[in-house]
Amino acid sequence: MNQEKFLDYLILLGDNSMILGQRLGELCGHGPELETDIALTNISLDLFGQVRNYFQLAATIENKGRTEDDLAMLRLEHEYRNSYLVEQPNTNFAHVIVRQFFYDVYHQLLLTDLMKSKNDQLRAIAEKSIKEVNYHVDFSASWLIRMGDGTEESKRKAQEAIDALWPFAMELLTETETEKWAKEMGIGADLPQMKSAFLSKVKEVIAEATLQLPEETVFQYGGKQGRHTEHMGYILAEFQYMQRAYPNMKW
Amino acid sequence: MVEETDYMNAEIREILASVSDPEIPVLSVLDMGIIRKVEKKEATYEISIIPTYSGCPAMDTIADDLNAAFAKAGKKSKVIQILSPAWSTDFITDEGRKALEDYGIAAPLDVSADKAALLGEKNKVQCTNCGSKNTRLVSQFGSTACKALFQCNDCHEPFDYFKCLK
Repeated sequence: MNQEKFLDYLILLGDNSMILGQRLGELCGHGPELETDIALTNISLDLFGQVRNYFQLAATIENKGRTEDDLAMLRLEHEYRNSYLVEQPNTNFAHVIVRQFFYDVYHQLLLTDLMKSKNDQLRAIAEKSIKEVNYHVDFSASWLIRMGDGTEESKRKAQEAIDALWPFAMELLTETETEKWAKEMGIGADLPQMKSAFLSKVKEVIAEATLQLPEETVFQYGGKQGRHTEHMGYILAEFQYMQRAYPNMKW
Repeated sequence: MVEETDYMNAEIREILASVSDPEIPVLSVLDMGIIRKVEKKEATYEISIIPTYSGCPAMDTIADDLNAAFAKAGKKSKVIQILSPAWSTDFITDEGRKALEDYGIAAPLDVSADKAALLGEKNKVQCTNCGSKNTRLVSQFGSTACKALFQCNDCHEPFDYFKCLK
C-alpha cells in the first residue's frame, strides 16, 4: 500500500474533526446556556479524542519522527485538509447548530462506511467513534428542529444559517484524489455512494424543522485541497499559539 | 470483560482493584471494564486498557495510577491503550453498577430505553435520591463525556445518568 497516500487520507479525516472541534472549543464559557455550553464542548472533546487516534496512527505510518502533536499543530495552512464547512465561524447559535448538523450527518455515514475498512486500525477507530457520533447527530438534529419549529425569530435565524452554510456542505461528500484512492483500496469510505443517504437525512430533518434547503446552490470546494477561506488563518493562529510559543508541549 | 491470562491472579486483581476512575472514584478500573488484558513480558507487566470515550481525559491519569499501584507492589508495569474491542457500558460489572447507583449516578439502561430517555420520554430513569421514576432529561451532555444530566420531578434533585454506549 502507498503509505504516503494513506497518511494523506488520515490527515484529511483528522483535520475535518479537529478544526470543527477547535471551533466548538471557542464556545467554552460562551454557550447560550450552561447545558448547551457543556454539550458543545463535550462534542469537541469527543472529536479531539477521535482525532488523536487518527494522528497516532498517521505518525506510526509516516515513521519519520513526527508525533501526533506535530501533525496536529505544526503544519502550515495549505497543509490542512479540512473542508470549508468546518472552518466557518460561530456567527450565532443557529450557525453553530446547522454547521454541526451537516457535519454530524456526514460523519455518521462516513464512520458507518469506515467500519467496513480493510485496515484494522481504521476500522477500530470507526467502531469506537460511531458510538459517540450517534449522540452528536441526536443533539444537532433535535436543536435544528426546535429552532425551525420554534418562534418566528428562531426560525428566521435557522433558515439564514442554512442558506449561509449549505453551499459548503457538499464538499464533504465530494471525493478528492486521496479519498478516491482510499475508496479504491478498500480502506476508505465511498463518498459518492453516501450522497443520497446524506441528502435524504438532511431533507428529512429540515422538513420536520419546517425549514427549507436553498433551491439553486453554487457549491464551494477547495478546503480539502488546502485552499482555505480567510477564517483559517485566525483559527490556526489561536490553535498553534501554545505549540509555537512553547515548543514540544503535548496535548 | 477481562481476558483471562496466566497473570490474572488474586494479587494482580487486588492491585487493579485499588485503582479507580478519577472522575468516578467509587468505580475501580476492573468494575469499569476497561482492563482488557494483563500479560507479562520478561519482568514487566503489560496492561492493556480500552478507553471509555475517545476523548476521555481520565485515561492518562488512569495509566499513571496503574503504574503507581504496580510500583507500590514492587512490580514493573507498562500500560498500553488499545481501541478494540470498543468499550461498551455492558462491560461495567454488576458490582460496578451498584457502586454507581450508591454514589448517586443512575446506571445505564438498555439501548432503547436510553434513546427514549434521551429523547425526553418520561418514566425511564430512576432518581438516585428518592427512587422516583418521574424524572426529566435536562441535557444529553453532562459533567463528563459519559454522563447525561437529569432532574427528579418529585424531589427536584438533579442527578447524573451514565449514558448507554453500545
